[in-house]
Amino acid sequence: MKNLPRLFYFAAPSRFYWLASKAVPWLYAIAAAFAVWGLYVGFFVAPTDATQGDSYRIIFIHVPAAWMSMVIYLAMAGWAAFGWAANARLASMMARALAPTGAAFTFLALWTGAFWGKPTWGAWWVWDARLTSELILLFLYLGFMALVEAIDDTRRADHAGALLAIVGAVNVPIIYFSVRWWNTLHQGSSISMTAAPKMAHAMVEAMLLMTVAFWAYAFAVVFRRCSAIVLERERGADWVQALARKEG
Amino acid sequence: MNWNSASDFFAMGGYGLYVWGSYGVTATWMLLEPVLAARRHRAALQAVRETENEGEER
Amino acid sequence: MNPMLALLARDLRLASRRPAEALLPVVFFVVAASLFPLGVGPEANTLKTIAPGIVWVCALLSSMLSLGSMYGSDYADGSLEQMLISSMSGFELAVAKCFAHWLMTGVPLLLVSPLLGLLFGLGWEAIGLLALGLLLGTPILSMMGGMGAALTLGLRNSAVLILLIVLPLCIPVLIFGAGAVSAAEAGLAPDGHFYLLGAMLLLTSLGAPVATAAALRISV
Repeated sequence: MKNLPRLFYFAAPSRFYWLASKAVPWLYAIAAAFAVWGLYVGFFVAPTDATQGDSYRIIFIHVPAAWMSMVIYLAMAGWAAFGWAANARLASMMARALAPTGAAFTFLALWTGAFWGKPTWGAWWVWDARLTSELILLFLYLGFMALVEAIDDTRRADHAGALLAIVGAVNVPIIYFSVRWWNTLHQGSSISMTAAPKMAHAMVEAMLLMTVAFWAYAFAVVFRRCSAIVLERERGADWVQALARKEG
Repeated sequence: MNWNSASDFFAMGGYGLYVWGSYGVTATWMLLEPVLAARRHRAALQAVRETENEGEER
Repeated sequence: MNPMLALLARDLRLASRRPAEALLPVVFFVVAASLFPLGVGPEANTLKTIAPGIVWVCALLSSMLSLGSMYGSDYADGSLEQMLISSMSGFELAVAKCFAHWLMTGVPLLLVSPLLGLLFGLGWEAIGLLALGLLLGTPILSMMGGMGAALTLGLRNSAVLILLIVLPLCIPVLIFGAGAVSAAEAGLAPDGHFYLLGAMLLLTSLGAPVATAAALRISV
């Protein structure tokens, strides 16, 4: 029981705000550094691909964006669920802060995927399992954001959003498999996204570096947005008033 | 080094439109989003100051 | 009398007093589905191919139309609150409401679907498969929709919001429902599709009323 307070030390909005204000500049710096490093390796060290030429270099932003889109959804659903179950305000605020960034990464994954697909497959879009379920993920994000924005009562909005996010999270595997079976039942296309030959070391390296960069970026933006939400919601609190006076 | 010249780099072996179309949109967003978040933060801080001033005026 | 049956009887009786309103989803179903041949062209083979998808999408949209009234009027006049604090559990309330919705919307859609099948030039076997899929799928739509309706209770743009929230979740139903007919038309066995639809029906029956009850407690 004694360890409990320490684990939830930053559950208090005021303490989180302090943490975020300290961490955000560093997170942006880490994101920038890893992005520069990753892009250097990706463009100047990784060789041209035998089959895809230089168009494959989109992978260095496409895959990290897709990974982030899925991880952020899970984080959003998780924090929203925790906020609902434990009535923890900050957790719900974090879920709201995560949503726009997650939706953006989903859109970027789809956009970069389309721009990669056109030269590789000849089509901007195909209705294969992965693309379709990513598109649906975007709809799930939009549904979450629309629902929480539509409800004026904050607590009701938080909890309704949590329920929706959880149902969506449960549904994502179902949707993915149904879309996959739909394709295979209809004799799927002969193109496979994972059929690329084993990647050169530099390519993997660049992709992982960019993933770290995207992680740090996501933390930074989400922390900044969450700080804004904290100020919006905790307006009446003494610490917020004192903060405003100090930074005035 | 993969590129013989700057123009080679921008051409990306003929795939320039696709590569830079992807990186361009991504980079634009990743510059815009932090600005939007910071703006929301500043606006929230400003809103707190305004409600505080209202309190003081009374 | 069993409270669930009493609620079901009440809803059906209320709906029967406004038959035009109750039939709106079915009318929309037929009208919307009929727009497609006009837009796509009357070429018989094209229509036969796209028919299952169109019928299913229109069924989806029609189901969602009447969702606002599932809990809306009861919420507005306070009877929903009374129902929630009564001896009937939220789960039972959700089940009764969804069943009423299915009887009033899903079953009419199911009964009208052969007509649409004929309009699109589907054979009798295909029409039968379409109807079977709708029989399994429309309850799922009613239950998912019920959850969406409970979440968006009393909100301004609830109709559009429900669509945005519920449609992504109903996509697997659409895929397998329409896919069953398409598979049979292509000479493949549709069994797998129906097994999956049945499985989804079971899962939804267990999960959706629980989620709906929770949503009602959040919204009221």
